Amino acid sequence: MAQIKKANGLVDWLDQRLAVRSLTRVLMTEYWIPKNINFLWAMGVVLSVLFTLLVVSGIFLLMYYKPDVNYAFDSVNYTIMQEVAYGWLWRHMHGVAASAVFLVIYIHMFTGIYYGSYKKGREMIWISGMLLFVLFSAEAFSGYMLPWGQMSYWAAQVITNLFGGIPIIGDALVVWIRGDFAVADPTLTRFFMLHVLLLPLIIMLVIVIHFYSLRIPHVNNETGEEIDYDIEAEKYKAGDKKESKVIPFWPVFLSKDFFVVSIFMVFLFYLICFHYSFAIDPINFEPANPLKTPDHIYPEWYFLWSYEVLRGFFFDVGPIAAADIGLMAFGFANVAFFLLPFLDRSDVVAPAKERKKFNLWFWILIADMIVLTIYGKLPPTGANAWVGFFAAMVFIGLFISLPIITKGETKGGAR
Amino acid sequence: MAVEQNRRDFLGMAFGGVAAVGGVFALGAMKQTWDPLPSVQAAGFTTVDLSPMKPGEFRTIEWRKKPIFILKKDSNMEKNGNRDVVVDGSEYTVVIGLCTHLGCIPAWKPNEQKFHCACHGGDFDVSGVNTFGPPPRPMDIPPFKIEGSKLVLGEEGPEYDKLVGNA
Amino acid sequence: MRELKILSLVVAITAVLYWGIEPFAHSQMNPAVAPADFAFEDLEANNKVGDAAAGAETFMMAGCIACHGVESQGMDSPMDNETASLSFGVVSPDLGSAAYLYDRNFLAMLIKDPTRALKVEHKFNDENPHPMSAFYGLGGDIDQEVADIIAYLETIAPSKMSNKEVFEDACLRCHDMKYDKLYMPTQAEPLTEYMGTLPPDLSIIIRAKGHNYLTTFINNPQKHLEGTAMPRVGLKKDVQEQVISYLEEIGDSKKDERTKVGIYIIGFFIILSVFAYLWKRKIWKDL
Repeated sequence: MAQIKKANGLVDWLDQRLAVRSLTRVLMTEYWIPKNINFLWAMGVVLSVLFTLLVVSGIFLLMYYKPDVNYAFDSVNYTIMQEVAYGWLWRHMHGVAASAVFLVIYIHMFTGIYYGSYKKGREMIWISGMLLFVLFSAEAFSGYMLPWGQMSYWAAQVITNLFGGIPIIGDALVVWIRGDFAVADPTLTRFFMLHVLLLPLIIMLVIVIHFYSLRIPHVNNETGEEIDYDIEAEKYKAGDKKESKVIPFWPVFLSKDFFVVSIFMVFLFYLICFHYSFAIDPINFEPANPLKTPDHIYPEWYFLWSYEVLRGFFFDVGPIAAADIGLMAFGFANVAFFLLPFLDRSDVVAPAKERKKFNLWFWILIADMIVLTIYGKLPPTGANAWVGFFAAMVFIGLFISLPIITKGETKGGAR
Repeated sequence: MAVEQNRRDFLGMAFGGVAAVGGVFALGAMKQTWDPLPSVQAAGFTTVDLSPMKPGEFRTIEWRKKPIFILKKDSNMEKNGNRDVVVDGSEYTVVIGLCTHLGCIPAWKPNEQKFHCACHGGDFDVSGVNTFGPPPRPMDIPPFKIEGSKLVLGEEGPEYDKLVGNA
Repeated sequence: MRELKILSLVVAITAVLYWGIEPFAHSQMNPAVAPADFAFEDLEANNKVGDAAAGAETFMMAGCIACHGVESQGMDSPMDNETASLSFGVVSPDLGSAAYLYDRNFLAMLIKDPTRALKVEHKFNDENPHPMSAFYGLGGDIDQEVADIIAYLETIAPSKMSNKEVFEDACLRCHDMKYDKLYMPTQAEPLTEYMGTLPPDLSIIIRAKGHNYLTTFINNPQKHLEGTAMPRVGLKKDVQEQVISYLEEIGDSKKDERTKVGIYIIGFFIILSVFAYLWKRKIWKDL
């Protein structure tokens, strides 16, 4: 039973019942973060802000959107975009933030890879993060279907078709997923359910896990140094802030995050109001037509690298069909990143520039991802097809070779 | 030390203040998103042509998703100078057809020359005045404007202002 | 300093990605086309000076009013919409505004050889003729007769038309505009048979295709959609601009508000960034 005494002030009253003072210390003022970090460490908070923007703008879209194949398109492009006060703002915010969130996810992800923040006790941070990537991908895919434009419909049709490649149960599985023989009203309403309720709930849960998983291993730093947090925290609390290697989450870490977020918002709202076609594709302003596929169909940019691996294999090898090879490569590519902590056989935590072979591996991976992304958008004909094939092979090769190149690595050595 | 403390707080509070101003504007935009749509507000006006009505005839039309009772009084029906809507020389009862007790729609009983509400037994006379039961006041008169033999519901004309002053 | 270098790297990679995914890829998918030709240079010009009075008579005898109404002159359309749809596949246009809307040389060629002017020679020929029959003249100089007809049409044309009125006369026969509660007079089924597909509702086409595409497309649909059944419309340059302005009014009505609000929001975040920076600097100063 709590010892309740006469409270001196509101905070004390709450503290006696909810331990708000301890909570504030644990979560904010005595949650220790390394001091030697750069602005890339702010990407986590940027993602939290973007996710909040998506949820809030989504709430207002939800007031007027109609999840029915006969009403969806007009509920978005007439009611929301032109009738509802600021409806256009919520729609533009939602579409552009959805695209921006992936740019920041990739920056955040590759920062983690570069600094080795996925190993030596940080595996759960990495895995929960990759899980968030998959969940956000599903959320984006389901959300894209909702305006029921040409891209909405045909992306849904093509991607649900992929499951048909699974042996034995494939065809039945496709019909089961769609709720109908082709993408139709049942498909729209169930993906609406996923997008608006189930996936956001799971995402929020995994975000909590992701935040929690940071606490015991602690956030990484620019040099990969293993910090004695007890000693450094004492230094800071004693007033020796300059000597201490750590800073408190509040107000120090967050004050820099707020600055990064403010600058980022300038850039984001420029895109939202003036330059949004990369996120709100013009082709999706044509109502869905099940009898006509657009001349050029492509997924949203953040799926392009994966899409290119899928279609990178365009010739049969012996008895195995090209489509099946592509599907297997696609499956591997989406699992590969999860396995990173286990494919990297070294336990050296350091920025890539101090690990010669890994550094080379890293920059080849970046270049390969760029090539795969751009070629995933281009028509897959002639020379483009071959470039895609080689880029897909490089991707697979990189992950297969990682255990080999990291095996001989020792602490302090740039071997 | 104390001076530093205050300066930091000032900047932090200034930043918080600017952010809060942005938040207020965002909340304002959100409030406007909740507003009834222009198409809903435009539908707030309904025009009714009363000329085809016969004395004693009762009609219900819809205005702002509510029933409106229009009763053209015949020679037997008592006139009510405070509530009658006079159009083209004839007296009409024009009321929002919702019982003023709890909002059910009363039924017009031509044989008994009254409106009877089935929910809790309230009664209204031919002018919409409550005569029996729980209704606390007569049925409400909707804003209207007279244009020749037509009634425009939703607009407040001079005849409406007079009635509302009197009723 | 170091963080600036990291930022430059991130920006550079993003820029390369953006370039490849957007401008470069789209230029590969949609190669540039020749700009709109409002001189209609593929059609021979009609250099005769028309006589409006003679034209009024020629017009009445040329057979035009067998299919076309001229309501402004008291001549109703000879057929109701349903009959016209079933007979021609489309409701024939009223000619009262023709001289305001369409280029003179285009009109001249349209009267003499509709299939050629409208650029639908890939669909209509002698075996499958266009619903509008060509005018072979009344025995005199056909070009003079055509010039006279056009001169007459010019006298009855309005001096000004609103953007919406232009759309109603030039486009509504085949294209709905439901966001402005406009629906085509032609019936959908016969039109679909006539065109091969139902012409799309244009309510939001401005956002699907954009100003530049529509400018070249309306002027010559074959440039973007080879083999399409949509005829070349033949609008004058400023009249075509009126159509596109109307499309913007209906399809992107919030454009001005978007620009205004955008500037305010960006301004707010610039100010917020300044305050954020000052606070951050103060906090980090003694670390």
